[in-house]
Amino acid sequence: MISSIAFVIVALLGIGLFIWQIRKIAQNINMGRDKEITGNVSERIKILLLVAFGQQKMFKRPIPAILHLFVYIGFLVINVELIEILIDGTFGTHRVLGVLGPVYSVLMAINEVLGALVIIACVIFIVRRATGNVPRLSTGPEMRAWPKVDAYTILVTEIVLMLALFAFNIADLKLTQMAGLEIKGAFPVSSNFINLFGSDEQTLKVIAGIGWWVHIVGILAFMNYLPSSKHFHIIMAFPNVYYTKLEPKGQLSNVDSITHEIKAMLDPSYQVPPLPEGADPQKFGAKDVEDLTWKQLMDAYTCTECGRCTSVCPANITGKLLSPRKIVMDTRDRMEEKGHSPIIFAPANYKEESERVQVTEEKTLLRGYISPEELWACTTCNACVESCPVNINQLSSIIDMRRYLVLEESAAPAALNAMFNNIENNGAPWAFSPSDRFNWADDLYMTSKN
Amino acid sequence: MSEKKQIQVPVMADMAARGESPEVLFWVGCAGSFDDRYKRVTRDFVRILEHVGISYAVLGMEESCTGEPAKRAGNEFLFQMQAMTNIATLDGYGIETIVTACPHCFNTIKNEYPALGGNYEVIHHSTFLQNLINEGKVKVAGGESFKGKRITFHDSCYLGRANNIYEAPREVLASLDADLVEMKRSRANGLCCGAGGAQMFKEPEPGFKDINVERAEEAVGTGAAIIASACPFCMTMLSDGVKSQNKEDSVQVFDIAELIAQAEGLNR
Repeated sequence: MISSIAFVIVALLGIGLFIWQIRKIAQNINMGRDKEITGNVSERIKILLLVAFGQQKMFKRPIPAILHLFVYIGFLVINVELIEILIDGTFGTHRVLGVLGPVYSVLMAINEVLGALVIIACVIFIVRRATGNVPRLSTGPEMRAWPKVDAYTILVTEIVLMLALFAFNIADLKLTQMAGLEIKGAFPVSSNFINLFGSDEQTLKVIAGIGWWVHIVGILAFMNYLPSSKHFHIIMAFPNVYYTKLEPKGQLSNVDSITHEIKAMLDPSYQVPPLPEGADPQKFGAKDVEDLTWKQLMDAYTCTECGRCTSVCPANITGKLLSPRKIVMDTRDRMEEKGHSPIIFAPANYKEESERVQVTEEKTLLRGYISPEELWACTTCNACVESCPVNINQLSSIIDMRRYLVLEESAAPAALNAMFNNIENNGAPWAFSPSDRFNWADDLYMTSKN
Repeated sequence: MSEKKQIQVPVMADMAARGESPEVLFWVGCAGSFDDRYKRVTRDFVRILEHVGISYAVLGMEESCTGEPAKRAGNEFLFQMQAMTNIATLDGYGIETIVTACPHCFNTIKNEYPALGGNYEVIHHSTFLQNLINEGKVKVAGGESFKGKRITFHDSCYLGRANNIYEAPREVLASLDADLVEMKRSRANGLCCGAGGAQMFKEPEPGFKDINVERAEEAVGTGAAIIASACPFCMTMLSDGVKSQNKEDSVQVFDIAELIAQAEGLNR
């Protein structure tokens, strides 16, 4: 009875705190500009199934994809067991879903196998990180202390959660066997270790209790850690992939306010439609997080910090300052500095654990976090967008910040200003006379075949 | 029987004055008009158009930059001014179908002009050539043989990732019966030449290597005698990259249209 009450209190606290944090994050994302992303539901669902549920883009790199798949399916299946834990914990029952009979056995068996695979995968992930064999996981100025601590925290927590589950299963199995009761479910892993904890009933009960409580409290704590972590992608990946940009990757957004301005300039009778509420009519492009769209901010909360984007970026490969992952991570950091920070870990406590390269005194996303040099290194090649397993559009944020630099500050590199002048004056990006444009057709001969 | 024939490239204004309209407008682009190297591609593509007898025209001096590099550099205002001017010209002639040998012009007119009121069917010359070959209008015979020659194709970002055109240029090359080899980074994983996003018009930001050198090394590493491209900027970047390795005598960079014109024997 006491343990039931304790459990309900802990569970409600955990869930309540999580909902409270999610609301903070929703408010942060809503700092962004409005952008209507609707329609094409069937196409969006198809992408959601392939990319988010099906992990399609992970399989560009098969080995991490398979290991990640174990952890991902483990996460999904173990959630089914979570239902049982919540019921058992609240009502003091024991393996309540056992009434499902053979279905329960299959479920438990899958659970155990996946649990073991999760441990194996996480151990391999830790080794991969620690040995530095995968440079994208550890290099780059954005991979400061916190992202590293975060990554290991996630992996170790997942291992601990699984070990706790196994400890409970092993002890519980032995207790059931000793009591001569019927064993509900099938336990292909735990049954091999049935004598691990000896056969003292009291000890076994304590171990089963600790295992059970560590597992469930661990899950609740881990859930509340998500909003501070890159692990938040286990939730955000789904909405973010659903709202994937469906237009061709080469199509950059149109700035409608400029279209209206030009049309009004060319035709004085043109009626400029009223601005959406709260929009800043004077500002072009993005200087800070609130100038980006909610989708670009959602991108930042979805980032897994895997570095696939940066590892295929031609600018980054050749030593330029640009790292698409940094653009996304900086956006999240700045969002939390300006808006709400997650309850458990405030930015001051973790995001700045190591020195950030300070560009100016300004705190804004542009310059305070992201330097113009990074932005001007981009070739708009879309390799980052193509590589992202959760369909983040790094390029759109880069372009919006370039727009601010050019349209608000006239701060383009001199060579680009020259290019602008050439287009304006000659209709070509080079300094050629427009009257020479058709010279290529002079003295043009061909071999004609009859 | 073959003879040397001079081509008078039909200009849209003249055609309209005669009350005619072409089947397709050839959008030459700034590189195709001014860049000495890419002018040769423009001329070869015109030879192919003449050869198949399709009704076409160019805007000539009425053509102006699509605004693509301005947009990518963040100058949306200049981009839209250019776009609206070009749309007025195109619509004034009632243009419906456009073919271009520049993936940047292609992407911008096809994807970014509609928001400003310009709606056209836009075809990149790789798809256009593929269709001509499939229809048997271009036989890829009668000229230089590329049989067994090692060719590698460099994906332009604005054709490939930007617009999912990966196979058309490869099918064009396949018609040459050459030995096609792929670079490790190809198709969706292709490495940029370094020119996109207005980089063509500025010095690269500081780094330890130029992107075009990185890419040219990979292309030369395939052992190919010819690097085929389908973009004026890629051509410039890769040619420079090959030169930086002093390989320009053994490795040549050609546009797919040039290879077809050579194979068809149109430009000798």
